[in-house]
Amino acid sequence: MRLTLRQRQVVWAYIFLSVSLVFFVVIRWYPTILAFNISFRDWNVFEAGGPWVGLQNYQEIWADFFKPRSAVRAAFWNTVRYVVLGVPTQMALGLGIAMLLGQIRRFVGFFRAAYFIPYVTSFVAVAFVWNWLYAPQSGLINQILQAFGLPPQPFTKSPNQALPAITAVAVWRSLGFTVIIFLAGLQQIPDIYYEAARIDGANRWQIFWRVTLPLLNPVIVYLSVLQTISFLRMFDLVQNMSEQGQGGPLKSTTTVVLEVYREGFSSYNMGYAAALTVILFFVILLITIFQLRVLSRRVEY
Amino acid sequence: MPSKRITLLLSLLTVVAVLLAACPAPAAPAGEAPAQTGAQTGAEQPAAEAPSEGPIEIEYWQYNFAARVDAMNQLIELFEAENPDIKVIHNADIPYDDFRDKIAASVPAGVGPDVVTLFYGWQVAWIDAGYLVPLPEDAFPPSMVAEEFSPMVQASFVDGTLFTLPTAVRTLALFYNKDLMEQAGLDPENPPKTLAELEEQAVQCTKMDANGNYEIMGFPVSMGGQAHHWFREVLLRQFGQQPYSDDYRKVLWNASDAGYAAWHELLKFQTELKTGDATLFDGDPNFFLNGRACFHIDGSFRLGTIASQAPDLNFGVIELPEYNGVKSTFGSYWTHGITKKAAADPRRMEAAVKFLQFITSPEAGSLWVKIVGELPAQLSAANDPELLADPKLGAFAAGLPYAHATFFVDESKDRQALIDAYDAVVLTGADPDQELDFAVQTVQELLDEFWASR
Repeated sequence: MRLTLRQRQVVWAYIFLSVSLVFFVVIRWYPTILAFNISFRDWNVFEAGGPWVGLQNYQEIWADFFKPRSAVRAAFWNTVRYVVLGVPTQMALGLGIAMLLGQIRRFVGFFRAAYFIPYVTSFVAVAFVWNWLYAPQSGLINQILQAFGLPPQPFTKSPNQALPAITAVAVWRSLGFTVIIFLAGLQQIPDIYYEAARIDGANRWQIFWRVTLPLLNPVIVYLSVLQTISFLRMFDLVQNMSEQGQGGPLKSTTTVVLEVYREGFSSYNMGYAAALTVILFFVILLITIFQLRVLSRRVEY
Repeated sequence: MPSKRITLLLSLLTVVAVLLAACPAPAAPAGEAPAQTGAQTGAEQPAAEAPSEGPIEIEYWQYNFAARVDAMNQLIELFEAENPDIKVIHNADIPYDDFRDKIAASVPAGVGPDVVTLFYGWQVAWIDAGYLVPLPEDAFPPSMVAEEFSPMVQASFVDGTLFTLPTAVRTLALFYNKDLMEQAGLDPENPPKTLAELEEQAVQCTKMDANGNYEIMGFPVSMGGQAHHWFREVLLRQFGQQPYSDDYRKVLWNASDAGYAAWHELLKFQTELKTGDATLFDGDPNFFLNGRACFHIDGSFRLGTIASQAPDLNFGVIELPEYNGVKSTFGSYWTHGITKKAAADPRRMEAAVKFLQFITSPEAGSLWVKIVGELPAQLSAANDPELLADPKLGAFAAGLPYAHATFFVDESKDRQALIDAYDAVVLTGADPDQELDFAVQTVQELLDEFWASR
């Protein structure tokens, strides 16, 4: 059978695509499906494949959720707080900085690099540096506060401040990425729209609300979905910034993923841990679908 | 209709993927297969070619702690000289925080240790996980353990079966910084012998700046460190409350007013006396190593850390302060067990048993104490007059006869319950008694769950 040039190109495209597909199937999908399987078993890590217990792990999580001072409940609520606090801050700052960067003509490269460097730095290194900055007495931030006569703050040592303090680091760390994507989005908007708006007598504020923001919609959707997922999976910073990685003080910073890790690798309840990941998987799935549905709007002028 | 075709293709691929993934779904064979092949390619192949001739390799794992690594390297060298047909691979690259995770991740993959060192408090979890095998009775008779080892080693028997044996044991004692005591006008040769003296001297030793920041902490109570042990096995007993029922089925911390009194005593240092906050100055044990704290409760293992990281620290060690005429200390130990991996192959098992016998001998104990600073696990060595006279180790050795080792179902959750209770009082001003009750309830649930499954 002779294939046309076009057909041959398509065949090759599929062949190349299948390579990465194999990777995804083996590295991503297979473990995911296994996690579903494990979540129905009473499995501690050492004995591979425990007995099938049906929904028992899910029932336990449900029961634990309503216990007084439940770690699971704290984990879910904290995760929601990380998202609610982190995503909007990240987006607003990212857009603001991207717009400022769009205005300057000198040192553009330097500023872009400066904002992007934290993003390519390891989370653990970031956590350690910020632990020093946040240190209750000797930390730089508290020294500055005290130099201005302000009282020192406990930051990660306080059940009230720890979560915002860690969120701030997460925002700071990923800001560069958000800025770069917003910059690209801003540059995609053709100048003629701005010119047209200005000719029509629109002020800056109107231009921002009526032109920039609507035309940035695809970028905003993309970033908000991505950032939400990343905040929902918050782990590394909490593991490295809370006392002994326990999500404290008083469970105030623990997250779902941290509980997964603790149940799985410290108490060896793999089935329970897997059930938590499955729940998180569906939470992420639902939120993402919701975001795509609600936020995506086709804007054309 | 390209989109239709793509949808079809994608759904086909999904089906294939699901089938692929679902085939070995029970995962048991998938997880264990590499274990067997690993063992075979690792050590058995030479054996197959020349049966029982070639040297057998066994793997020994412990967490990374410089002095322990050094001591174990020397022991392995001695052992290999005595047993040329056994080669011991020493893996000590794993940081303490990751040790259990690494074990949990590697053992199912068949790359774990044959002989492994674990905290005695983890035994139950590891045994329940089916990870450790009982020590063979002919090589390790229970009567020998009872006669020759320190009484706290009885904690190595779980449900009457011996699972592990230590090289060394340790107790808690009070470290004091002589220079800071002198600066505060205290006599460095007269460190506190009673709780009352500790309170008094800790207050006198504490220094604050004008803003109310600690410059020197008299006595920071470190719950993330050893203070939770101090509460369970020392303060409670001194105030007249046994920590657990004899059969370890009931948590008794709040069973009497004495229990609450012990709890208040623990809290008092930070809340009333304001002698320190253990989260400051890089935390425990760095506040002591950096010379920012006068008194500090810690184990003998800290001697090695101080020697290497703060060699100029001018400090002494004394037995834990007594109260009501009661002396008590917490005893604990890192202990060695034999894994399922070794037990799967008689030759490896034999080698593992030999190695374990060697590293739990009195000779190993006396080498260990010199390098690591932990006390030998054998009674004979612990009655050593030379050891008792040692200015640093003596205080720990003196504690051996009255040391209690707690039986833990899940040490980290038990500890976390006390840390949370302490934090709730210190950070949020919660009612101390209610917090203690809640911690008791949490730990009681752990015990109930554990005993229900027996």
